[in-house]
Amino acid sequence: MSETEIQPLIEVQNVYKSFGDLDVLKGVSMQVHSGSSDVILGRSGIGKSVLLKSIVGLLIPDSGNIEVMGHQVIGMKASALNKLRKSIGYVFQYAALYDSLTVRENLAFPLQRHSGVDEEEVNARVIEQLRLVGLESAIDKMPSELSGGMKKRIGLARAIITKPSIVFYDEPTAGLDPITAREISELILNLEEQFGITSITVTHDLECARTIANRIYILDAGVFLISGTFNELKESMEPTTRKFFKVVA
Amino acid sequence: MNSSKSPSDVPLKEEVITEKRTPAGETPPSRPPQDSYGQLAMSRIRSSMEQVYGITMFGLKFFRYVFVPPYEWSQVRKHFDELGAKSIPLLTIVGVIMGLILALQSRPTLDRFGAGGFLPAMIALTIVRELGPVITALIVAGRVSSGIGAEVGSMKVTEQIDALEVSGIDPYNYLVVTRVLACAIILPLLTAYLDFLAIFGGYIAEWISSSSSMQLYFTEVVQSLTFYDVIPGVGKTVAFGYIIGLIGAYQGYNTSRGTEGVGMAATSAVVLASLNIIFLDMVIIQLTILILGPGT
Ligand SMILES: Nc1ncnc2c1ncn2[C@@H]1O[C@H](COP(=O)(O)OP(=O)(O)OP(=O)(O)O)[C@@H](O)[C@H]1O
Ligand SMILES: [Mg+2]
Repeated sequence: MSETEIQPLIEVQNVYKSFGDLDVLKGVSMQVHSGSSDVILGRSGIGKSVLLKSIVGLLIPDSGNIEVMGHQVIGMKASALNKLRKSIGYVFQYAALYDSLTVRENLAFPLQRHSGVDEEEVNARVIEQLRLVGLESAIDKMPSELSGGMKKRIGLARAIITKPSIVFYDEPTAGLDPITAREISELILNLEEQFGITSITVTHDLECARTIANRIYILDAGVFLISGTFNELKESMEPTTRKFFKVVA
Repeated sequence: MNSSKSPSDVPLKEEVITEKRTPAGETPPSRPPQDSYGQLAMSRIRSSMEQVYGITMFGLKFFRYVFVPPYEWSQVRKHFDELGAKSIPLLTIVGVIMGLILALQSRPTLDRFGAGGFLPAMIALTIVRELGPVITALIVAGRVSSGIGAEVGSMKVTEQIDALEVSGIDPYNYLVVTRVLACAIILPLLTAYLDFLAIFGGYIAEWISSSSSMQLYFTEVVQSLTFYDVIPGVGKTVAFGYIIGLIGAYQGYNTSRGTEGVGMAATSAVVLASLNIIFLDMVIIQLTILILGPGT
């Protein structure tokens, strides 16, 4: 890398990960620069969630190198990793709301844990986030009382309530109606533009990808097949890529 | 074991896979050659060794966490209520009936040897030294180990544990240490409660059959009990509580994906916890005899 180039905020180098006999990632590399919003496309079960989880250290790759904000994630000490994670938000594919806590408590939880935020501010932030995802009315509900799409949006609100500088979205619009899905895509774009949040989004939703992506990667058979802007990929002649984009053509 | 995170970590996450890969469940179509039985046995042995190692490391980790901040007292308090207080109705019934039966059954035998007067002392000693602690532990194991296994297990399969982790909270400290601690603190109290009720149950039996005086009965009870009966009896339940919480949490923490795994975690937690309680009890009794002498 030349010296004039800026250090990427997230750097994934040649990552391998397998589960027993199943080789999921077979040499994945990517660089995400500060303020960029990158999208990963790929068929179901190909390893997109595994890749996101590896980047935040929830899974440990078999080999390869992952750096986030200049820190080596693999082999990082638990305390240092916890500190790094305070500037990371993660939207889980199935929301992963704490089911013993109400929506309000779910959102307040990460805030209260990061000391220095008083009760009043916590409350204000909770309401602000719920308004962003359009769910103020759900504030005192339990997760079990919410629909899948509602959970998804609460999960998103919880991920961004701490104002992280990097956010990982695992299928943020899956299971949402087209109108809400567009609102969520716009919210993600907004966060990027207003607060300079860097993000990696896994999605099957090409509309969402078109709205938010600076760069799109296609994961296939354990490696990135191709990467480029939405328009570049749309024009690509590569067969798998064409299949992905046929729907929007 | 390639996916746990903190360097000190026990192999938490992918045990499941190793287990799935053992040929345990497969029935071979024809009689396999001799050495595949050997292999099967080896892989069985290896997987149980791995589990023993896993639980041991998981359990030792508790002592590294419990004395260092952050302390999660509000969580511990919550578990006192959920794990402890809600066991009280069942313990009440079992305690009284246990004492009652013990007295009813022992009275004729003691009388035959002309030792009827020893009944209060006998009941007190049996209950306080042995029956009280073990019965309480087994009852609580049945209720609580499975509850913890299911609760932690479902948090695991729905990625709530991952969610804790990415928000910079140590799930072991938040979920496991709090539950284990709550169990270890609450079990001696529950045992003392059951002991008292069982002794009282013994009195009820005595009162029904011979309307003996309560004062006399309890005086005899108190006189027969020494420091060396009460302390080991109640003290060992701290260890039982630790086992109950730990095994429940371990099974939950290692639940494989899916709801089926949650049920299995709950069931195997009860079985494992009960076995370990009985085994540990045996060891503790031997140790007590060794340290305090056979007379005590
Ligand atoms: N903890 C795990 N243990 C065993 N196998 C796993 C584990 N996590 C993921 N896998 C396997 O890895 C593969 C990739 O899973 P992953 O969840 O990353 O898929 P995905 O690309 O996110 O798919 P989807 O779009 O359906 O969410 C799958 O075959 C899955 O079975
Ligand atoms: Mg996924």
